[in-house]
Amino acid sequence: MPLFYEKRQLVTPGDLLAEDNYIAGDNTYKDNGKIYASRIGLVDYEARKVHVVALKAFYVPSIEDTVIGKVVEVTTGGWIVDINAPYFAMLRASDVIDRPFKPQTSDLPSIFDVGDLIIAKIVAYDRTRDPLLTIHEPGLGKIMRGQLVEITPTKIPRVIGRKGSMVSMIKRETGCQITIGQNGLILISGKTPDDERLAVMALHKIEEESHISGLTDRVTEMLRKEKEGVEHT
Amino acid sequence: MLNIPKRKTKKKRLKRPQKKPEKLIDKDDTRLDGRKLNELRPVKIEVGILGNADGSAYIEQGKNKILAAVYGPKEVHPRHLARPDRAVLRCRYHMAPFSVDERKSPAPSRREVELSKVIREALEPSIFVEYYPRTSIDVFIEVLQADGGTRCAGITAASLALADAGIPMRDLVVACAAGKVDGCLVLDLMDVEDKGGEADVPLALMPNLNAITLLQMDGSLTIEEFEKAINLALEGCKQLYTLQKEALKSKYVAVKEAVEE
Repeated sequence: MPLFYEKRQLVTPGDLLAEDNYIAGDNTYKDNGKIYASRIGLVDYEARKVHVVALKAFYVPSIEDTVIGKVVEVTTGGWIVDINAPYFAMLRASDVIDRPFKPQTSDLPSIFDVGDLIIAKIVAYDRTRDPLLTIHEPGLGKIMRGQLVEITPTKIPRVIGRKGSMVSMIKRETGCQITIGQNGLILISGKTPDDERLAVMALHKIEEESHISGLTDRVTEMLRKEKEGVEHT
Repeated sequence: MLNIPKRKTKKKRLKRPQKKPEKLIDKDDTRLDGRKLNELRPVKIEVGILGNADGSAYIEQGKNKILAAVYGPKEVHPRHLARPDRAVLRCRYHMAPFSVDERKSPAPSRREVELSKVIREALEPSIFVEYYPRTSIDVFIEVLQADGGTRCAGITAASLALADAGIPMRDLVVACAAGKVDGCLVLDLMDVEDKGGEADVPLALMPNLNAITLLQMDGSLTIEEFEKAINLALEGCKQLYTLQKEALKSKYVAVKEAVEE
């Protein structure tokens, strides 16, 4: 069972990763008993599974994901939302309005209009039908204030960190509220613009350097340094 | 009266006559630009240079300058083109009006439409189109400056742009041409060699799978020469592949080095 790369080595699509008794994990594929990479990323071997942590990819919807989207169209029965994925998502009016929904009487644009940003959760999705959203949970709904940061969706797990260590560290250091959409959009709302600026900087640093180990320490250090600088001036 | 000397005006030539050099290859097997018979032109590749596209790449191969950009997968417009079982790959190969000696009309010519098709067919086997049904992946190849072998350089760049967009792929696609000039088999023909030579064989390859995705021939070769030309082009593809791979990795390697300092 030969392996051709070391752990955490950078690979490109088509690189032969392993042969024979391995299982092809994320961002790899098996052909004729050989496992190849299908995206640029870092290889990882786990017992008998080979996978690649992609450095660049787009968001693929998945049920139970919280996403941040933009309303692109108001239809008679609901809204069409761009969630930064290959497919547009649907948000049904009957999900938003508590009383029985009547298309004749309700004014949908007054609830969400084209261009509004919303936080929603995916309730149904398979590749034959467009994803369906809900906002019927606490914390979901229209975004009223804050800043949006867009990063590659594959790096969201790094932003969250192990058991949420990274976000909670950024929240603690900057005092901002952070809502993470699995589709690569992150909402930041802080008390002052300076706090928000710090959080944005931290997120960009994570995106750029996520493939290099010791990330949390570097981000913490950067935030501390920046904060001192702000206080002095 | 002022004595103004009569200016000798040359009549402006409308069509520059394509002067074909007498000899394209020297006695000691060097070509017009000083290359050996089996030598590639100098290549420079950059990945991810356009901010607005999902993926992009830029290639310079000799005097060729080509940009490639990728959008998608995204909803198909117009809607009726969508396939329920796979993504549609759409390609546009286009030459800028200033890419050649004489201004080229920006409207897609017959040649460009055909090249768009063969490039699409060269790239499609490398992409997992069945992963994202009902979507489209759009590839744009813009030739800024042309000097022969643009379809091959275009494919090399487009494949990088696809990888940069994060689209799952079986392998990168790399392309290179071989041909016959003045009776010699040569690698990577430039414009004068292509026009003055006897044959041109562009070839696209998925190097790890050892699969050819594009093979064309213009001109005439014997069966033996054709086989030799293919082997020469394959050799060129392999050389290009190492450069292509390096270019794709370099973006991330640079960041890593900067941090580790």
